[in-house]
Amino acid sequence: MYLTTEEEKTLQGEYGETLRKAIEILVALGDIYGADSLIPVRSAQIAGVSYKTIGDAGLEWISDLKGRVRIPAILNPAGMDMIRWQEMGIDREFAKKQQEIIDAYERLGISTKCTCTPYYLEGFDAGYGDHLAWSESSAVCYANSVIGARTNREGGPSALAAALVGKTANYGYHLDEMREPVMSVTVDFELSGSDYGALGYVAGKVIGNRVPIFYLKGHPSGDELKSLGAALAASGAVALYHVEDVTPEAVMSKFERPGEGFTVEREQIMEVYKTGTACAGERQAADIITVGCPHCSPAELENIAGLLAGRHVRKEMWVCTSREVAERYPDLVRNIEGSGAKVVCDTCMVVSPATNNYRCMMVNSGKALAYVPGMCGVASRYGSMGQCIKEALDDDN
Amino acid sequence: MTIIKCRKISRGVAEGHVLLTHEAISFLGNVDPKTGVIVEPKHELFGQCIKGRVLVFPHGKGSTVGSYVLYQLIKNNAAPAAMINAESEPIVAVGAIISGIPLVDRMERDPFDLLKNGDIVRVDGTAGEVEISEGQN
Repeated sequence: MYLTTEEEKTLQGEYGETLRKAIEILVALGDIYGADSLIPVRSAQIAGVSYKTIGDAGLEWISDLKGRVRIPAILNPAGMDMIRWQEMGIDREFAKKQQEIIDAYERLGISTKCTCTPYYLEGFDAGYGDHLAWSESSAVCYANSVIGARTNREGGPSALAAALVGKTANYGYHLDEMREPVMSVTVDFELSGSDYGALGYVAGKVIGNRVPIFYLKGHPSGDELKSLGAALAASGAVALYHVEDVTPEAVMSKFERPGEGFTVEREQIMEVYKTGTACAGERQAADIITVGCPHCSPAELENIAGLLAGRHVRKEMWVCTSREVAERYPDLVRNIEGSGAKVVCDTCMVVSPATNNYRCMMVNSGKALAYVPGMCGVASRYGSMGQCIKEALDDDN
Repeated sequence: MTIIKCRKISRGVAEGHVLLTHEAISFLGNVDPKTGVIVEPKHELFGQCIKGRVLVFPHGKGSTVGSYVLYQLIKNNAAPAAMINAESEPIVAVGAIISGIPLVDRMERDPFDLLKNGDIVRVDGTAGEVEISEGQN
């Protein structure tokens, strides 16, 4: 791999041990994947934040680093709402460790707003063709597919290395030829809302880590594309997808229809609603309802506030979003919380240990459906936003 | 003495006795970060300790948190002295770099043919060389 004089000096340790290791990570990954050089990135989003995920091992590493990031950098969701963790049932020891992780990142100059939707936040509104070093799988999928920016699915340390150096290795989804679709997914009926998460849940398992192009009826919204991509990335390992006539690269490039492909039938989508990974016993009621995976957009918060207006939930309900979006719309937050639902920030149902306290979770996210049973040991049911809210309003009968 | 060229992944030089497995390793879950003992009952190296050894394995697998487990092993003085992969992937590569453990891959001669448990080898992750002590081959 070609390195500039400055990069070579950094690799020799002239700018200290933290930067030396950071660039060594980038160079090693570049060598493994055949990159020709390092390229500047506009922002970084760093995974490896929840104490539940990285434990003491991760905390030790981050705490030992010294230096400042060179580009805007932000964190993935943490294991708890950093302010209202006690209400979530988080124990004191976990909270202490989680705070230590956040503090360690903050010392490096990283924004401690913890979210899987950095693209809603000021300073992280990536544009078409921007090179990024993002980690969280749904954010990567959204940036590549819906925005047309370019990022690989970075691990925590490699995203942090990119933030410190301001660059990443030029391979994978940074290159034109890796962004072309290699298989088609056809859906011959109209989809709406949570159908897109269900589609991603079904299709991701078949697609794996390849780049698909979808041929859909209708024109999905940004929020619907967000749900689709998050589920594709969770049930498969999709980092980039295209939708014919919808996503920017498909509109501009007019890709040829790939030879390989498959069709998703209506019954396959309905099956996700019927069973999901059903709570033991077909009609078991959920004891917690969570929405906001990925974190809610302003439009989603507005929709939820409307559906909950004047109502009172009878079950635990979390509406997960980023703190910045919640703070931007205090009226919506007040309306939602007026119903008894909680607007939970900085975290989500997947990465917080608080969900382990429940038996059966209802979700409107294909990503949450893919992860919650395994990572939290909590059975899950799938429903639309309307069905989730209905479940929260009902009692157990 | 035999010197074999390879690709450098993580810098540094270290020597030790070979511990070799044909199975991939998931550092998260397969290895006890306090002791360096392989705790996965189904693994070929179950019960063996990787501390201070030159660990030879095809590649890593599993959770990316495995990178941090290598760091914890170093902190606990239970890490391998060096590592040799057939083909390194990001979890082990990143873990080795943040922990300062020399790591090479793509040896010009197949390490699984050439090396056996107990051989003394010196891994140079800066130059991209593996040196096998005399009398062993």
